Amino acid sequence: MATIKKLKAVKFNQNHLLGIQDLSFSEVSQILEEAKAFIKLNKSSSKKIDLLRGKTQINLFFEPSTRTQSSFELAGKRLGADVMSMNIVNSAIKKGETLIDTAMTLNAMHPDIIVVRHQDSGAPNLLSQKVNCAVINAGDGRREHPTQALLDALTIINRKGKVEGLKIAICGDILHSRVARSNIYLMNMLGAEVNVVAPKTLLPHSIERLGVKAFTDMKKGLKDCDIVMMLRLQNERMHGSFVPSPREYYEYFGLTPDKLIAAKKDALIMHPGPMNRGVEIDTNLADDINRSLIREQVELGVAVRMACLKIFCKKN
Amino acid sequence: MKEKLMKEKYLINGRIIDPKNKIDEMGGLIIDSKGLIKAVGKGVSNQNLPSDAEKIDLNQSILMPGIVDMRVFVGEPGYEYKENFRTLSNAALSGGVTSVVSMPNTNPVIDNVSMVDFLKRRGRDKSRINIFPAASLTKNTDGKQMTEFGLLQRKGIVAFTDGTKTVQDPQLMSRIMSFASQSQSLIIQHAEDNILSKGGLINEGEISTRLGLQGIPSVAEKIIVERDLSFLEEYFCKYHVSQISSKKTVSVIRKAKSEGKTFTAGVSINNLSLNENDIGDFKTFLKLSPPLRTEEDRLSLVEGINDGVIDVIVSDHKPEDEESKRLTFSQAATGASGIETLLPLSLELFHNKSIDLIKLIAAMTSKPAQILNINKGNLDKGNDADLCIVDINKPWVVNKNELNSKSKNTPIEGRKLQGQVLKTYVKGEIAFNRAD
Repeated sequence: MATIKKLKAVKFNQNHLLGIQDLSFSEVSQILEEAKAFIKLNKSSSKKIDLLRGKTQINLFFEPSTRTQSSFELAGKRLGADVMSMNIVNSAIKKGETLIDTAMTLNAMHPDIIVVRHQDSGAPNLLSQKVNCAVINAGDGRREHPTQALLDALTIINRKGKVEGLKIAICGDILHSRVARSNIYLMNMLGAEVNVVAPKTLLPHSIERLGVKAFTDMKKGLKDCDIVMMLRLQNERMHGSFVPSPREYYEYFGLTPDKLIAAKKDALIMHPGPMNRGVEIDTNLADDINRSLIREQVELGVAVRMACLKIFCKKN
Repeated sequence: MKEKLMKEKYLINGRIIDPKNKIDEMGGLIIDSKGLIKAVGKGVSNQNLPSDAEKIDLNQSILMPGIVDMRVFVGEPGYEYKENFRTLSNAALSGGVTSVVSMPNTNPVIDNVSMVDFLKRRGRDKSRINIFPAASLTKNTDGKQMTEFGLLQRKGIVAFTDGTKTVQDPQLMSRIMSFASQSQSLIIQHAEDNILSKGGLINEGEISTRLGLQGIPSVAEKIIVERDLSFLEEYFCKYHVSQISSKKTVSVIRKAKSEGKTFTAGVSINNLSLNENDIGDFKTFLKLSPPLRTEEDRLSLVEGINDGVIDVIVSDHKPEDEESKRLTFSQAATGASGIETLLPLSLELFHNKSIDLIKLIAAMTSKPAQILNINKGNLDKGNDADLCIVDINKPWVVNKNELNSKSKNTPIEGRKLQGQVLKTYVKGEIAFNRAD
């Protein structure tokens, strides 16, 4: 088994990872530092350690997810935890059991950590009040997706050395995006300047109050940016309800080489996935190994989730 | 039925407030042997007390008409586990409320004559307060067919409303108002455009963006009020907006009233005393309809009471059991219990000098009674002695476990209030006494 070097621990105020909003700068730094150590481990031939041996991790996904769920599953397994993924589609919740009852049932099995994704904003908060173990938010409604923001920060640091002083544009469906919210909080905390770019119908009310500048013109929003984060536009929002058509959206808000010119020459492209090629992003740009960090994001996601599991599992 | 006679009661040494008769003076009130008000005012004092009368010293507390609450949900029939007439009555009396308008959102809905008989019988047998039932505007509150305004009125229905729902169809609404103008029916609208508010959970703004909850724009309320006021020009009926929540709607109403349109409007004590910041970390007890809005909106509602743009204050008492609230914010039931804290929470607005005491009391007594056209909410000679005795300075802390309502979903748990109801009389008899 591989080993991992010990880091000086920061005292965490929270027992749960519910959102970036609850974390302090030193807590974020601790998570990112821990994650860096796991990047190397994940590239080595022996990827498994026994840090969480004997611990039980339950993945409770109320919304379908491919990358986040498998990322958490792999992260838990590499740390030696017993990982159980609940298939909600066939479970009692579909038969009318409330979230609190589900929590009580799972709690009786004495898990050490529950990773939860839920379509309702605030669901992980409610869950955390009712269980004795740590809860990690893997995405709740439109509110937060903290591990995604943390892995985005780690990806940026990996390439640019730091987040501080960078100019970051987050583009697309900001209204419905938990990724956007968590990234706004985190990138601001780490000292970046954040722009959001979207058609007015997809910009949340009072978004500037979160510490960003809002743009409806992509070239203006991308001006001098170091990082361009694209967000997914869901299919049901493309055809007239929020924007007139995928074609019109791509014309004005899709990331294309001619719009990317407005950003810095060495600007890098990110996307939390899954992508709609030709809707929000030009397919060649998405695959451009010199500019696109999309695959790296997935890779570092596992490391960040290992760090989170380690820190919060140990806490309880 | 033989009328039972009781001893005459002399309530003396109190501050008598009766907004309808513009009384605010130290004095007393005499309840005759039939439970009616025999005399009121400064003339009633220790000096002219007959030796055989029952003397009640108010110790300078306020004596005012029992409160008339225009918006109350009772669980009967269908949701008795949330609130029944007995528990509602106890809750109301401890808050000084002696008359309520019950909302028709029961199961089945109060939309036909036979339901009214049931309601009145249950109300009479199980409660001590006066129940004035409202019937629905549309059958089963479906928003498709209007109910029998004339026949229902004859049975004792005082108002028509779909309660928690809004009549969306403009054609039907125009016909309802047209028909109601001929039947002299009071139409109460809960103003919210369902399409604009679809999926919405709290006020649309910074808080909804931060919490990731879909917002309800205030224009959803304004647009219905504007629509109905346009109809009012064509079909002049008795129209009342149930409870408004935003500055924009206050402006619309202020303008319409200044142009001479005759109609009335209400506000829930929740929107008058709380704002969206109180929702904090997804507190489902503050999930309300209309939603709590910004502090700026709240202040405009306070101003609305002060300048008479808003006529009445209601509790919007909506009991919900714990199971309906222990859910995620989007799944949780909407509404808050509030009938027993209506007056004490209102008094907060007096103590912090937001609203004049007489205006505050008028908005909960004489004004709703006038809109409903019922002889309540005043201290007229010869009327039922429905009274409320209040110590407006007494400090206390809201504790949900001490509430009389069957459901404990108070939005102001732990709040420090100043002012408490000491005694409540209904028809001259003491129905609540805090000292007991």
